[in-house]
This record gives sequence, C-alpha cells and structure tokens, in this order.
Amino acid sequence: MKLPIYLDYAATTPVDARVAEKMMQFLTMDGEFGNPASRSHRFGWQAEEAVEIARSQIAELINADPREIVFTSGATESNNLAIKGAADFYRKKGKHLITVKTEHKATLDTMRQLEREGYEVTYLEPQTDGLVTIAMLEAAIRPDTTVVSVMFVNNEIGVVQDIAAIGELCRSKGIIFHVDSAQAAGKVDIDLQTLKVDLMSFSAHKAYGPKGIGALFVRRKPRIRLEAQMHGGGHERGMRSGTLPTHQIVAMGEAFRLAKLEMHDEIQRITVLRDRLLNGVKDIEQVFLNGNREHRVPHITNISFNYVEGESLIMALKDIAVSSGSACTSASLEPSYVLRALGMSDELAHSSIRFSIGRYTTEAQIDHTIKIVHQAIEKLRAMSPLWDMFKDGVDLNTVAWVAH
Amino acid sequence: MAYSNKVIDHYENPRNVGSFDKDDASVATGMVGAPACGDVMKLQIKVNAEGIIEDAKFKTYGCGSAIASSSLVTEWVKGKSLAEAQQISNTDIAQELALPPVKIHCSILAEDAIKAAIADYKQKHGG
Repeated sequence: MKLPIYLDYAATTPVDARVAEKMMQFLTMDGEFGNPASRSHRFGWQAEEAVEIARSQIAELINADPREIVFTSGATESNNLAIKGAADFYRKKGKHLITVKTEHKATLDTMRQLEREGYEVTYLEPQTDGLVTIAMLEAAIRPDTTVVSVMFVNNEIGVVQDIAAIGELCRSKGIIFHVDSAQAAGKVDIDLQTLKVDLMSFSAHKAYGPKGIGALFVRRKPRIRLEAQMHGGGHERGMRSGTLPTHQIVAMGEAFRLAKLEMHDEIQRITVLRDRLLNGVKDIEQVFLNGNREHRVPHITNISFNYVEGESLIMALKDIAVSSGSACTSASLEPSYVLRALGMSDELAHSSIRFSIGRYTTEAQIDHTIKIVHQAIEKLRAMSPLWDMFKDGVDLNTVAWVAH
Repeated sequence: MAYSNKVIDHYENPRNVGSFDKDDASVATGMVGAPACGDVMKLQIKVNAEGIIEDAKFKTYGCGSAIASSSLVTEWVKGKSLAEAQQISNTDIAQELALPPVKIHCSILAEDAIKAAIADYKQKHGG
C-alpha cells in the first residue's frame, strides 16, 4: 500500500482528474485563455461564456440563481466579504453581530477586526456536542443585531448546525444570516430556495476543485447589499473587483457539477468507510467520538484517545496523514480552540485526531489505518505513567502534580 | 517538526521502558510534570549497596522529545553513583538529542526527574 495514507480531506482535497483536464483547456494559446471582461473580441466572449456556465453549475448544486454567485479567491475571502460587507452596509441599523466560538478563523478573525472598528460581537458557546440551539441565539439577539454568522459543517468535528431553523429566526427578526459552507458543499444537501440564508461562502478546494477560488452566494430576493472590500474594475457587479481567473472558475464549476451528480452515492460510500473506522477503534478503552452523533457528516470524524499525548500520537501515526487537535507540532502549545469550546480538557484536546475521509479513500486504507491506530495507542499507553495510574484507579485530578 | 535522528531513534526504540516495584527498598521513583502541560515523566532507579545505580526504567506521557529525553537519561544514569547522576544537566541532554528550542523544557523535565528520583532514594534511606 502506498504510504502515507491521505485522511485529511477536510484540509484540502486533491483536484479530481476530470476537473484538472477541464481546467487545462483554459490556459494556453491553444485554449480559451481570454479575459472574460474583454468585450471586443471572441477570446473574451468565449471566456465569459465559460465563466457563466461555471456560475450556473455552482448555482445548480445549491439551488440558487446564477446571478447570486460572486467569485472570490476562496472561503476566507467570501467570509470576509460577507461579514464585513454586510456589517458595513447596514451599520446605520446597528453594530451588533453574533457568531459561534467554534467557527473557522476566517470568521472569528474577521469579527475581531470588526470589534476593533467599533462593532460589538457576541460569541455563542455551543453545547458540548458542538451544536448551537435556537434558544441560545434568541437570547443573544438584540434590537441592533445586524448579522449572524454560523457555519454549516464544522471543519474539525463535522457537526451540522440547524441552518434551516436559524435562518427562520434571523429572517423573522430582519437579521442578515451568513453561513460558511466551505465544508458543506457536496457533503450535505443545500437548497437555497428553502433555506432562509442571505449569504453563503464556498471554497473549491474542499470539493475536488483547485485552491485559490471560491464563491459567495448573495441573495437577490430579498436583496442583500454589501459594501465591496476589494475595489477596481467593478467586476462581479461591483462586489468583488479583479480579473476573473477563468481556468479556476471553470474548474470550480466542473467540481460542483460532479458533486451534484455524485454526492449521494459518495456520501453512502463514505458513511460505510466511516462506520468501518469507528467499529475498528471502538474497542480501544478510553476513546471518545467528539461532537453530536446524529447531526454530522460522515466525512469528518474527530476522536480523542485518552492518556496518550498528541504529538507523540501524530509521530506514531506517521503513515497516515491526519490532523491533530494539538498544535504542539507548531510553535504554540495551545490545543484546538474548537475542542476547548466544547468544554474538553487541554489533555484530551491534545490527544484528539481528525480523520477526514474522501473520494479516493479505500476500504484497505481504512483497515490499515485501524491497524496503525491500535499499534500506536498500545505502544504509547505501555509507555504512559498516566495510563498506569488510570488502570490503578487513581483519579488524576487529585494528584499533586509538579507543574513546570 | 524536524527532529534529529537521535530523537526519532529513541522515540521509535525507547530504551528501558517499564516499572520496578516501588516498595522495593533499593528502588526510588521520581515523577515530574503535569498532564495539563502535556508531559509527565516517571523515572525509577535501582541502587545497589555501594550506592551505584544498577538499573533504570521510565514511563513518559509526552511529546517525542520528552520520550527521547527520558529514554536517554535511563541509559546515562546506569552505572553512575548518585552523586554522578546528580551532575547530569539539561544542556547535556538537549545537546545530545539536538532538541529544537521549543523542546528544551523536555530536557529540563528529564533532569528534574533524575533529581526527584535521587531525592526519593535519599528520603527512603534517611539521608
């Protein structure tokens, strides 16, 4: 088997070969390399047509109007444009925003920036299963609340928020609702004719498209206005200037077209693999699945292995490419803020692993992963004084540790 | 994290993992660190009548360099007198393993573990 095994699809996906093939047709002299904004010749017209087809393909996956799709460089930019753009435009109405502690940094850091600019932000603390409730949101809404931002699928633990219910509440209060769907496209059904969502962010590279391209859905009815954050030639109806990267847009369109065609079969296949993985590790003692068990996508599975330390676990799992809840491998020693927001102890957050399964994951890869996980946990627990103490019935919270 | 080959070797083939009977009079135990800090080291030494460390074992919950540091010191203390073992410093450990700067605390913890084990021995033997 080719090692390491890639189980980090939530970080990024490879570009689907069919998508790459399509993308290559929009680069060279022999291809359609024109600037979609060139109105005076057929190079431009052809490129524009390709962009508009891609726009429709993206709109079709989420049941939206193509005119509601604005291309950006990715979900980070979409989140910035949506939140800053709406907050700026509607600032006379109020300066209070609401989001959740477990959002992606692209949302949280955007909110922090707005706080520095004089806005007030409420950060909801989710339940220990990662979900926010309508009651929590209702309690946080104020007369001057203008924007609520909640992600569809959490990137670390894979839980799915109740976007439909949150949308109903926001709409009834006249509040703009933004949803970060970077991890949701192709993983859950998204119907923007029924969901009362005003702004929704997408990324291509989480759905087998290339990096560097994304989109923001901006609702037309009721019409949502945004203050542009990038100024220039007035592309994308003035909401996002900058020459459209035809090859990336075409690739994103193709990736989303394939997602619409294949997502239901893919979800079934990935669910089988996820269940196989969970069954394979469930007999290990002191193993915990993080996040709500029902409201989740099968693509992302976050597991804590108690009494083993995160970095040594990652070292022991060197043949599988996964993400750790521990930031130990970087210069900071802080564990994942998402897992901490669920009320998890630092130790347990440090020893958490995110396995994310995707289009090219095989049964054999999952079986090998199960084997490696067993070996790693066995080895590290045989070496762990904490495991001995746990086995001897010592409550680790009562030990007088010699902290350093 | 780019670790030295020595750290990788100690991590993959740790020396002297295990425990001695802590009630054995010749055995002394040093346990340092805290789970919340991400590392706990338990170092045990077996000391003979001449005051020489005959054997050593460790168990460590921690990152790769914490495991490597404790594995290394179990090798180093063997055959040393308590006074000699007391001289092992964190800089020696960090240098031998070529620890990156953010991991120096692991070598400090290993030094502390030796000193804690020696202190435990002296306390057990009234001295």
